[in-house]
Amino acid sequence: MIFALAGNQNCGKTTLFNQLTGSNQHVGNFPGVTVERKEGVVTRAGRGAIPRLWHRMRQEERHRAFHEAARDNALREARDAMREAHEDRRRLGEIRVVDLPGIYSLSPYTNEEIVTRDFLLDSHPDGIINIVDATNIERNLYLTLQLIELHIPMVVALNMMDEFRANGGTIKIKKLSEELGVPVVPISAVKNEGIDELIHAAAATAAARQLPARLDFCSGAVHRCIHAVAHLVEDHAERIGVPPRFAATKLVEGDAPMMERLALSENEKDMVEHSVTEMEQELGTDREAALADMRYCFIDDLVRTAVVKPGESREHVRSVRMDAVLTHKYFAIPIFLAIMLLIFWLTFGVIGSFLSDLLSTGIDAVTASVSSALGAYGLNPVVHSLVIDGVFAGVGSVLSFLPIIVVLFFFLSMLEDSGYMARVAFVMDKLLRKIGLSGRSFVPMLIGFGCSVPAIMATRTLSSERDRRMTILLTPFMSCSAKLPIYAMFTMAFFPSHRALVMICLYAGGMAVGVLCGLVLKNTAFHGKPVPFVMELPNYRMPSPKSVFLLLWDKAKDFLTRAFTVIFIATIVIWFLQTFDTRLNVVAAGGEASMLASFGRFLSPIFAPLGFTDWRASTALLTGFSAKEAVVSTLAVLTGTNTATLPAALAGIFTPAAAVAFLTFTLLYTPCVAAVAAVKRELGGGHAAAMAVCQSGLAWVVAFFVYRAALLFV
Amino acid sequence: MTLDQLGVGNSGIILKVGGAGALRRRLLDMGLTPKTRVMVRKVAPMGDPIELHLRGYELTLRLEDAREIELEAEEDAQ
Repeated sequence: MIFALAGNQNCGKTTLFNQLTGSNQHVGNFPGVTVERKEGVVTRAGRGAIPRLWHRMRQEERHRAFHEAARDNALREARDAMREAHEDRRRLGEIRVVDLPGIYSLSPYTNEEIVTRDFLLDSHPDGIINIVDATNIERNLYLTLQLIELHIPMVVALNMMDEFRANGGTIKIKKLSEELGVPVVPISAVKNEGIDELIHAAAATAAARQLPARLDFCSGAVHRCIHAVAHLVEDHAERIGVPPRFAATKLVEGDAPMMERLALSENEKDMVEHSVTEMEQELGTDREAALADMRYCFIDDLVRTAVVKPGESREHVRSVRMDAVLTHKYFAIPIFLAIMLLIFWLTFGVIGSFLSDLLSTGIDAVTASVSSALGAYGLNPVVHSLVIDGVFAGVGSVLSFLPIIVVLFFFLSMLEDSGYMARVAFVMDKLLRKIGLSGRSFVPMLIGFGCSVPAIMATRTLSSERDRRMTILLTPFMSCSAKLPIYAMFTMAFFPSHRALVMICLYAGGMAVGVLCGLVLKNTAFHGKPVPFVMELPNYRMPSPKSVFLLLWDKAKDFLTRAFTVIFIATIVIWFLQTFDTRLNVVAAGGEASMLASFGRFLSPIFAPLGFTDWRASTALLTGFSAKEAVVSTLAVLTGTNTATLPAALAGIFTPAAAVAFLTFTLLYTPCVAAVAAVKRELGGGHAAAMAVCQSGLAWVVAFFVYRAALLFV
Repeated sequence: MTLDQLGVGNSGIILKVGGAGALRRRLLDMGLTPKTRVMVRKVAPMGDPIELHLRGYELTLRLEDAREIELEAEEDAQ
């Protein structure tokens, strides 16, 4: 049995999904778009009782078939009937839930809405679980009314009932259920109350194929119009497997994709338009407003009879009070920056670095013992180097990112689940609108200053695909913390008295280039209207530990998968290029003869216009692709120096103007392999490669101009 | 008057929702339908967007989008 879980944003859908499935979930994408598709198997004890009902019904049918076939001596058919019965038992014993994106309507505008519609219409789930926030019931029921039109067995899970009741509100569940024509189960996803009852109700409804008992929520002109159109398009709708009623309502709303799907004749289109025009004239309003109004009027009436609302809920009062400070005219931005600084400090300074150090100590210990074991075994030195310098060093260095990612996502999920992230978007929106984004993109970009990898992963919270793509492309311009050692080394060598100034210029320069790119993207590739920024500010809530934990687990798993696939291969390739020369001989220490160095030499003329022709500089940039920290260590290895003596050696390679150009290039060129892998995960390989190439080209151009300008001053 | 002109703490009854396409549909879907009462709760620190209170919940809207909503101000300013 497959259930679709549908509901608004911020109504506790993820919490319910986690309660239903536990850690038994699989995260992927809906085909063609990067809208997250989570699927899980219900593991709760309560599930046992459910399918029995349906199962027994079906089993009787199968047994009858078996006996009939056996009586007719048709052994093969009897066997088939038996096998099918077993199949059924297995399939029914398992309840799968697909978590659909949080949406407010089934209109054809955002990817999330389209994905939900297509899934419900094309994948034929056995039932819909519609989660409704009892504390915000009017707006939530708006989606419910549209889901009912899909004519799929459905159950309403009335969430946050604990909060609603605690505030003195009551809901006549029976009345609500009767009026809507679908079962209604009060639950509290956070407190894990009512979940078993919900599973039972859902399974029983689906097993009995109990369709919503009521389709008409309209009256007067809208009613007449929908009925006329439904009658007209019935055959078309049934042919393509869309409920006629749903098709009719969408046509009346002026839904272009549905019009196309139904393939109406010109004559039929005219008749639909005629009915709609008649309705519009009668009501004195247009089609879209008429239907929205019709639904909300029904809901208003229903709420008036079935719901006794509490005056002002405690949670709402608390939220308003918190917002008085957190979105205050003068305090909002300083508080936000302070929170982000604290998170950065804790992540990169305290917890993250402690855990990272701990992990790398562990990895070093394992590496050392493996290394000595392999040495004692007398393994071929090249294979030994592959295992130790390639695999262990490469994957080890990437693994040391893991604690930082987990800690950062812990804080991020707290911000997101508590409702604060929506406030950040509200406060910062005006700033980002200029480059065609919304306030929601601010946090991922800010994380980019720490590390591009979690920043790119964090764009998942953006609700618009256009914004998400654009944010991913712009995030690498926020100079990540791994580039800091490069800046530190170069400023020490060339600008010892203006270190801070140079660093500030670099960071500001990265942001400036990012803003320019944003403006260019906005007017070219991302032309067209962004998704409207009409966003709910939910009440502040305590994040559910289970949801936070599951998110961390998911992110860690995601990152580890990449560490052991894309990044693993990339590190081996880099090791190979560093270890062998072009005739596949192992190179001596220092690696001057390696393929990578040859490649560096080959590339160095490209950097001549930027002022640095030394092959060691271009080789360092190449290794910087594996991790930005590697730029400094490569320069140290190739010049035969250490951290203390490197600044002096750098002065022999770069002129001050060339150093500025080198820093500019490092600031802007392709992000490291881990970040590119993250982009690949979100946007696909083609986009990731294009991004890496475009950024390197852009870095070259900017560095060129910076070099020319610097020559005038130095 | 239009919604963007309504001062903080004031409320009004929606008369008409303008605009087109995704924006308009979104406004209607979120419950900004004619005859609905809305209150302007707050203006963001940089002067835009605004925070509204309607149908028992909080909604943010950019001023340019709020301009599409016509309403009649209520006298009783809070």
